[in-house]
Amino acid sequence: MSAQDFTIAAGLAARRRLGATVAMVALVVLLMLISLGTGPVRLSPLTVIEALFGGGSDVSQVIVREIRLPRTILAFAIGAILGLSGAALQGLLRNPLASPSLFGAPQSAAFGAVLVIALGLADVRSYALPVAAIIAAFGSVFVLLAIAGRNAGLLILILAGLAISSLAGAATALVMNLASNPFLVLEIAFWLLGSLEDRSFQHVAMALPFIVAGAAILLSQASAFRALTLGEEAAQSLGVDVGRLRLFVISGVALGVGGAVAVTGTIGFIGLVAPHLMRPLIGHDPARLLLPSALAGAALLLAADIAVRIIPSTSDIKVGVLTSIIGVPFFLYLIRRERRALGGGVA
Amino acid sequence: MTLLSAQHLGVTLAGRTVLSDVSLSLSPGHLVALVGPNGAGKTTLLRALAGLVASVGTVHIGGDVLSSLALRERAKRFGYLPQGHVVHWPLPARDIVALGRFPHGVTDPARMTAKDVDAVLRAMQAADVVEFADRRVTELSGGERSRVALARVLAVEAPVILADEPIASLDPRHQIDVMKSLRTAADGGVLVIVVTHDLGLAARFADRVMVLSAGRLVSQGAPAAALSEQVMHDVFRISAYRAEYQNEAVIVPWADV
Repeated sequence: MSAQDFTIAAGLAARRRLGATVAMVALVVLLMLISLGTGPVRLSPLTVIEALFGGGSDVSQVIVREIRLPRTILAFAIGAILGLSGAALQGLLRNPLASPSLFGAPQSAAFGAVLVIALGLADVRSYALPVAAIIAAFGSVFVLLAIAGRNAGLLILILAGLAISSLAGAATALVMNLASNPFLVLEIAFWLLGSLEDRSFQHVAMALPFIVAGAAILLSQASAFRALTLGEEAAQSLGVDVGRLRLFVISGVALGVGGAVAVTGTIGFIGLVAPHLMRPLIGHDPARLLLPSALAGAALLLAADIAVRIIPSTSDIKVGVLTSIIGVPFFLYLIRRERRALGGGVA
Repeated sequence: MTLLSAQHLGVTLAGRTVLSDVSLSLSPGHLVALVGPNGAGKTTLLRALAGLVASVGTVHIGGDVLSSLALRERAKRFGYLPQGHVVHWPLPARDIVALGRFPHGVTDPARMTAKDVDAVLRAMQAADVVEFADRRVTELSGGERSRVALARVLAVEAPVILADEPIASLDPRHQIDVMKSLRTAADGGVLVIVVTHDLGLAARFADRVMVLSAGRLVSQGAPAAALSEQVMHDVFRISAYRAEYQNEAVIVPWADV
């Protein structure tokens, strides 16, 4: 093999990955257009595009730009940060079953948010809600990694995650238990199910800065995840500050997931599923998976949010319920597929 | 000329003294075998030399104090091969080897300078892994994977290679292949330190043997001298068959004592 062959082979692989990424971008754009067109008044993608750029009737402009655009932006951004967080955690822990929801991050963020709601501090114009959610998410991931320790096996991580999400769930239940007002309990209960309905640009303004910051932090660590393929010790010997990397990942996930949960409630399993959908197309390189996983997460949440508006039902299905109903069987399938490795440890 | 030296190096892990008062001085172009019973502190010594574990004492590398060097700078000076040839994701072998260029600023194996591509190719040729450049490492046999891991370390092109049990669980042919590659690196001017339990291969390939026992360096020198009958008896609690073959020391562990 000459240097030229070497470069050519690498170039071919790179082109294939680029193709897959471009296709994902196209899919996400298409889903955004469909999302903007879906609702009580159905609009064709062309009408949507027209309305977006200030053309068409006033009614369609109001529907697209003021009512549906915030919802679509949130579905995109939240799906993307959940997919990205999943890929980042899988990279950090070198484990394909890692994801924010299995580690109790969204559940903890929800507790932080519920506490703020119950105390009557939640105001769409204040940042109390996202900040509380982010702090709780940070605390949960930090505690999880502290308990699990370095080079933790999956069993320890899952058990610790189970404990943390159970604790967060119990704490949330306690808040609801102690709430004086039954309407408040109902509000919290529905909020917990996770939904993108009736979200405004104020919600976008509340969540987006945190999501963007979280995404930037996670993406900046891409190459460190690749070095971690060789294990923490080898990565450190290559110049990766593993301790700092962990802190960055925890912070990025907490900012993103906390910001997301604050405006939509808990939406689970997107972080687990998205990287798996991309591995057959992109390969297993944890650095290269980050961006495509974000796109896959965005596509999944956009599709789920379109589905809840199309599926005929007497009362609205919440999108968080739908992602869990689809995500859990997928998780079981993954466990089955990884059974051999899980039973005997990865060679 | 000294390339790597340590003065009064000590490591305490979870309250237990794992390494104490180790001083050594090693020159480039040597293959040094680090031997000792299980739990003697061999891995810890390698990690302390590379600055991967908190230690007391001083390490000098190429005239600089190790602790004064930034992480990236240290990474350029040590090629560190941990035990077990761990690879967590099924990446192609070429991408694994390219990680050796990480300290030199290669963060994406698809975007390497001609110099980096050359270094990666040289390393793959030296470890004889060019033929499976495009295969996923997880699909390779244990022996093949150990050679890919070795190529990754060679690709760093560091003045010092620290290899932790690179030949454990390999068949005899692969053991010899790996030791020969390391020997070639040493002959090219690199200081290679190999942790191994194979005293025979240590005697066969190393210029120098260091014997570690209970965290202390108890013997060092040319193989036959460092692995004296006394050391075999006291440290390893065995007797060995000793001979000479083609002007080299042959040491075969024989019986317990």
